[in-house]
Amino acid sequence: MSAPLIVGRALIKNYEGGRIAVLAGVNLEVQAGEMVALWGASGSGKSTLLHLLGGLDVPDAGELTVCGFDPRREAHRQILRRQHLGFIFQLHNLIPDFTVAENMQVPALALGTPQKKIQARARELAELLGLSHRLHHRIQDISGGERQRAAIGRALMNSPQLLLADEPTGSLDEVTGDLVFGLLKNLVRNAGVTVVLATHERRLAEQCDRRLHVRQGQIECL
Amino acid sequence: MRFLALIYTNLRRHKLRALLGVAGISFGVAAMLTILAIVHGAIGMFERILAVDSQYLVFEKNVSDLFFSSVTEAQLVAVRKMPQVVSAQPLLFGIVSAPGHPIITCFGLEPDNTRLRKAKWRVGRAEDFGKTEKGIWLGARAADFLKAHHGQKIAIGSGEFVVAGIITTENGFEDGGVFLPLTTAQKFFHREGFASIIAIKLRNEAAGMEFKQAVTAAYGGLIALENREFNQSYTQFQILHFTSWAISICACLLGGLGVANTMLLSVFSRIREIAVLRVCGFSSNQVITLIFGEALTIAIAGAGLGLALGATTLAVLNRAPQFQGYVQPTLNPVMIGGIITTAIITAVVGAIYPAWFAVHIQPIEALRYE
Repeated sequence: MSAPLIVGRALIKNYEGGRIAVLAGVNLEVQAGEMVALWGASGSGKSTLLHLLGGLDVPDAGELTVCGFDPRREAHRQILRRQHLGFIFQLHNLIPDFTVAENMQVPALALGTPQKKIQARARELAELLGLSHRLHHRIQDISGGERQRAAIGRALMNSPQLLLADEPTGSLDEVTGDLVFGLLKNLVRNAGVTVVLATHERRLAEQCDRRLHVRQGQIECL
Repeated sequence: MRFLALIYTNLRRHKLRALLGVAGISFGVAAMLTILAIVHGAIGMFERILAVDSQYLVFEKNVSDLFFSSVTEAQLVAVRKMPQVVSAQPLLFGIVSAPGHPIITCFGLEPDNTRLRKAKWRVGRAEDFGKTEKGIWLGARAADFLKAHHGQKIAIGSGEFVVAGIITTENGFEDGGVFLPLTTAQKFFHREGFASIIAIKLRNEAAGMEFKQAVTAAYGGLIALENREFNQSYTQFQILHFTSWAISICACLLGGLGVANTMLLSVFSRIREIAVLRVCGFSSNQVITLIFGEALTIAIAGAGLGLALGATTLAVLNRAPQFQGYVQPTLNPVMIGGIITTAIITAVVGAIYPAWFAVHIQPIEALRYE
């Protein structure tokens, strides 16, 4: 068995000078190709854990390795974000005045991918996500479900090893949410991408390979 | 999408803000161009007045302004007799006034002065200069703004003169000035027997040093300078050069503040977006490049627009009768390069803090930012 893609040991994260303990010694391992749900109520610490994994925040204590890098180090965080990670947020966080294609191309710009490749990849992803007809539409002109699909396209642009999704269907209605989740699931299965997903919806968490219950800053395996 | 397209798109979607930045720089550049071109033009015109058919100038030592220089007739005669000298043309500068025109440059000169022969005579002939009693000869611009024609009597200062000729030269000061025979000018300005300068043409330019030394030795109160030396050392020119650059740079700095403000607003209103770029893998350097790229684009657009605006302003001033032809702007590549460089530097300096701020945006904090 190959080394886990994510290894976290005794991760601690506090806010407001230690007054609010969000993560209290979390341990976790995620194998490559897994789809893992961090499931828990609002405020349980699942988003914080996801942010630590993505190098958007740093733990106060503990050991963490993601894709072989240490997200506590700035240089490693940049490499991780640029080459190994894709993020999907609850609110899509797309750039409103850009088109779907332009939004999807942003990570490739950061990587310095040649133009032809960028455009071909954007078309390929748009086709996979059913957005070919929206490729040159601005974000404000498309629906919520389409925006979230565009955000998935952006996250997959640089073919990352690991996809971190924070409540990816949280802002969508149930039907659209299921559609987007199904799409995400199929895409990662076919591409072999590892997914760590934070959700408060048990229904979605149950569809993942593994469900980690985040409660009071600790993880319980279910 | 390319990186440049990202810069362009960012500017395009906040058109008004970007245009305000461009306007700030363009006004700064236009002001710089106008001030520098007018001052350099004025200096150039004065230099050309002095350098007509001459290589050296003889004038009173240590005067703050050539208008205050006094060279005596005896000194003129002696200089003319020097073996190195082919010709020595005295010139007396003065300021006269006419109704509605308080400042008009007056040139007192001898009838055989080269500038009269080289001028285009709109009315009259060079050979007749000084032959009309109470005659005055006008530069073409002066004739226009004084609305004077041949034979008309015009009031100059406390006297009355008859327009005896009108000449056109390529020099704005001369074109906007009036000419009197040297002796008439000396009487008019109560400076009988004096000239302001003597323009010297040497038999052999190589004998310049010898000539200079001879003048200094014979007349301790006079100095002889080669035209180029004079232009470099004349305090008035130096003050004008320095002042014009100082005012111009201040004008451009104001434009730079506009860019700083534009870029700050641009970064503050895009904190969340910049955080998304960081999350998508943009490095600090790429964010800096983005911010500086936007500032540079504004600066280049502003510089282009400012140069066009400045050139238009100069063309209008050049034709405006109120300026009596004294505005004869001079542009040169060094000046244009200096202006563009100043505009770019001020814009880049203006973008330093916004870029620093953008780089220090913490993605996780910024994504919570509304």
